[in-house]
Amino acid sequence: MQRITCDVLVIGAGPAGLAASIAAKQEGAEKVLIVERDESIGGILQQCIHPGFGLSYFKEELTGPEYYARFADKTLELGVEVLLNTMVLDITDEDVVCISAKDGLSIIKAGSIVLAMGCRERTRHQLTIPGSRPSGVFTAGTAQRLMNRENAMIGRRVVILGSGDIGMIMARRMTLEGAKVIAVVELNDYLAGLTRNKVQCLDDFEIPLLMKHTITDIKGRKRIESVTVCEVDANNIPIPETAVEYPCDTLLLSVGLIPENELTHKAEIDISPITNGPVVNQYMQTSREDVFACGNVVHVNDLVDNVSLESERAGQYAAKYALGKLKKREDVIQAQPGRNVRYICPQQIVNAEDGGEINLYFRVAGPEEKVRILVKTGDKVIVQKKALRVNPGEMEHMRFDAREITSPDLTVEVMKEAI
Amino acid sequence: MEKIVICTVCPIGCNITVREENDELVITGNQCKRGLTYATNEYLHPVRILTTTVKVHGGDQVLVPVRSAEPLPKELLFSAMDLIRDLTVDAPIHRGDVLINNILDTGIDIVATGEIKC
Ligand SMILES: Cc1cc2nc3c(=O)[nH]c(=O)nc-3n(C[C@H](O)[C@H](O)[C@H](O)COP(=O)(O)OP(=O)(O)OC[C@H]3O[C@@H](n4cnc5c(N)ncnc54)[C@H](O)[C@@H]3O)c2cc1C
Ligand code: SF4
Repeated sequence: MQRITCDVLVIGAGPAGLAASIAAKQEGAEKVLIVERDESIGGILQQCIHPGFGLSYFKEELTGPEYYARFADKTLELGVEVLLNTMVLDITDEDVVCISAKDGLSIIKAGSIVLAMGCRERTRHQLTIPGSRPSGVFTAGTAQRLMNRENAMIGRRVVILGSGDIGMIMARRMTLEGAKVIAVVELNDYLAGLTRNKVQCLDDFEIPLLMKHTITDIKGRKRIESVTVCEVDANNIPIPETAVEYPCDTLLLSVGLIPENELTHKAEIDISPITNGPVVNQYMQTSREDVFACGNVVHVNDLVDNVSLESERAGQYAAKYALGKLKKREDVIQAQPGRNVRYICPQQIVNAEDGGEINLYFRVAGPEEKVRILVKTGDKVIVQKKALRVNPGEMEHMRFDAREITSPDLTVEVMKEAI
Repeated sequence: MEKIVICTVCPIGCNITVREENDELVITGNQCKRGLTYATNEYLHPVRILTTTVKVHGGDQVLVPVRSAEPLPKELLFSAMDLIRDLTVDAPIHRGDVLINNILDTGIDIVATGEIKC
């Protein structure tokens, strides 16, 4: 068994882990170590060969591999150490246990830990579609990996359930490879992913998007042969008279992502029931003082640019903690979701009187037009902005200084603009 | 002719109407100047960055991700795919390597976006 010590240990070498490790180094942590279970770094971006990354962070449009390469080069330059093919099994009170085929078990003692394990896809078992269980049913991310990294053409006639970004991106990918995408089926009356992806992945190729529809049956013995699609009523109950059967050989599920939270659970860190990720404060610090978290393990992000910014903060403060430079937390304020706000991240602000920039990311519960977004403390409005349109698929962001929080409460709300 | 263009330059996603009147474009519905440029281009000659993969021979991976260095005319995407699909390249490949020069006489190269070792 190997014993390793380091100042900051980062779990996961996706964009979150890479950005955190760079920031930790820059903050002065001497030994920064990333542990990654995959054989290479980059995380999910290795299979995201499409463009659309970096528009806000780098002010240019990059593909996934180009985006993470910029961070990877920097980690090497700064001397961050990376252990590949190594999986973290457990985080105990004293140390971190990981395993690899080459070295067996290793025990790592770290001054602080950054969780950056990303997310996983929801699968059909977590939904409930009746019908048989033939082959040809994939989550959109699995299909993406098979096509983009393993050169497998997975099907010719495709139906996609869910209007998440990965599903829409795969609709375009498969169309360009010569498959026929029959439709994207979405239960809600709003898009789950980004409008940009609807325009460039569906509209460009005249792929129909069926809103307020769902799949009610899957047929096929060995391979999937057809799906039945129904319109749903106001309560999302399928209307049997509207049923249409579409012959197909492939069904992709793009029905959402959830943070990879097994390790977080094991470490007995407080988890938000809404995001399914750890509860964090503005330093991206979890309920366990020495554990920080960033990226999709905290809450599922639609833009990697936000992940990078948030992860830099996690790495910076994890380094401060390891170096004994982070003040004890006092005066915890809970950020409360107000009208039409589903969740806010970070959920807590600590030591507000010390000031510092606060970036609140949040999602609305339902789509709305012509609204005003307000951040309030007591009776005071700290910041506000108008928005023409808000959508659960697009994360919102408000920025202000912690010193503005003058009462022991903080609320974000979305109000209809009086006309 | 009239066309509705959804601007994708920023997350607001304005629905912009482009109309041709006496050989001039009348553009309404954009909330800022960037939308004006976007809608004009989208109406006159829409372009898209093309991304796909190319088969690799003798590398540590079987595919290398690629992109068009610049956006290609939208109507050429499928013809470009046909050319790229037939290609196999030898490892090693470095990010930025040109795999197809001047595809379809557009003046635009197809370049690798990933690294492949032998
Ligand atoms: C399929 C897909 C398409 C997307 N498309 C876009 C887009 O077009 N534009 C955009 O801006 N954003 C996009 N995103 C969002 C963006 O890519 C993600 O927000 C970002 O990659 C999240 O980074 P991360 O580092 O948190 O997670 P990941 O990239 O998932 O990295 C997590 C890493 O942790 C490792 N890991 C997990 N558990 C362990 C363990 N126990 N031990 C060791 N290592 C572990 C994993 O192997 C992985 O490498 C997309 C996301 C997905 C899933
Ligand atoms: S027109 Fe301007 S404000 Fe509207 S979506 Fe385009 S860039 Fe955004």
